Amino acid sequence: MAGGAEHGASSGGINAHPMDQFIVKPLFGDESLGLFTVTNQTLWLAVGVLFAFLLLALPTRNATLVPGRMQSVAESLYMFVRKMVADILGEDGAKFFPYIFTVFMFILIANVAGLIPASFTPTAHIAVTGVLALIVFISVTVIGFMRHGLHFISLFWVSSAPTVALRCVLFLIELISYFVRPLSHSVRLAGNMMAGHAVLKVFAAFVPALGILGVVPIAAMTGIFALELLVACVQAYIFTILTCVYLKDALHLH
Amino acid sequence: MALFFSAAQAATETVHEAAEELRAGVHATEEAAGGLPQVNFDAFPSQVFWLLVALVVMYLMFNRVVLPRIGGIIEERHDAVEDDLDRAADYKRRAEEAEAAWQKALSDARAEAQAIADATKAEIQKEIDAAIEKADAEIAAKTAESETRIAEIRAEASAAVQEVAREVAVALAEAVAPGAADPSALTAAVSKRVEG
Repeated sequence: MAGGAEHGASSGGINAHPMDQFIVKPLFGDESLGLFTVTNQTLWLAVGVLFAFLLLALPTRNATLVPGRMQSVAESLYMFVRKMVADILGEDGAKFFPYIFTVFMFILIANVAGLIPASFTPTAHIAVTGVLALIVFISVTVIGFMRHGLHFISLFWVSSAPTVALRCVLFLIELISYFVRPLSHSVRLAGNMMAGHAVLKVFAAFVPALGILGVVPIAAMTGIFALELLVACVQAYIFTILTCVYLKDALHLH
Repeated sequence: MALFFSAAQAATETVHEAAEELRAGVHATEEAAGGLPQVNFDAFPSQVFWLLVALVVMYLMFNRVVLPRIGGIIEERHDAVEDDLDRAADYKRRAEEAEAAWQKALSDARAEAQAIADATKAEIQKEIDAAIEKADAEIAAKTAESETRIAEIRAEASAAVQEVAREVAVALAEAVAPGAADPSALTAAVSKRVEG
């Protein structure tokens, strides 16, 4: 933070620190970051939980047969995820539905709430998305071995390949791709979030430097903001649908 | 143009600055502000801990409260719609039944009306036939009576003609040859002649 201020002074009016918004800092005092330290991320996770409560729990408290506006929204989100789970996982998906719904709502709310100016985006952090992806990875592996035993290894054995040698090569490739999954799964989400927010911040830095002509970057930011809103929703969808697809491997092999 | 230039310059400087920060971050990760904040491993324990807390809270809220509520209301609505559809089908079936009953009543009434018309017609025909028969009988009786009368009149007339003929013959014979002819023989001859 102090380093950022120095840079700002030396670069003639342009005061862009696009990465500062991602700094995790304690909310109270200046203590070092421990396990239980309440940080700005804690605050925005709590805000996310609050949003989830306001969006889903509150409107369904007195659920009616003919839904009101907010109840319709809650029901649409429910049906959206349930349909996704049913389409990909089939009958077996029912017991994973609560967790998949949680993942979807958590990411969606975190992504969209992160677009509020001066907010913090937990999903722009590899620590957060990494944990989410690892939960899926570990679940898939454990469920796979529990359901199919050692037969789960056949997930990597491409029996449609013509020769045994080719199958061995493909086995290696499949195995590597299996272990790379959590990385791509988490970096995709964190990278998208980080990039969008950083771009917005960079454009914002141009506004004071350009004076009255600052309306130009403001117009650009408006467009980018709309795009980021789309990205926020799409990335939540992608993370969730990939979760389903990976789970499907564990449940049904190929 | 100047605007463009200054914007480009600013962009370049920002990029340089970011690169510098990145480079600094690689060397000084221990400094919280330096480098990519996402790879500040000091923050990881707190980040992961609070993430798990938030996930558990959300999971419990959804699994215990939200999902049963929404699932329940959707199920209820589905049932209600199904129920309404069933009832509508029932009503339709009943309407069809009522229509069939009405059609049947209509055709029954038609048949009955036809039967009544036929019966009436037959009755009237019978009456007409009876009347005609009676009239025929009356006419026959009248005709027979008339014929009898005519026969009587004819017989009377014939008797009168014979009487006149006999008297004329007797008178003629008296006039032509008085006393020569027997009046009774004359009369018998005339009667025979007239009747023959």
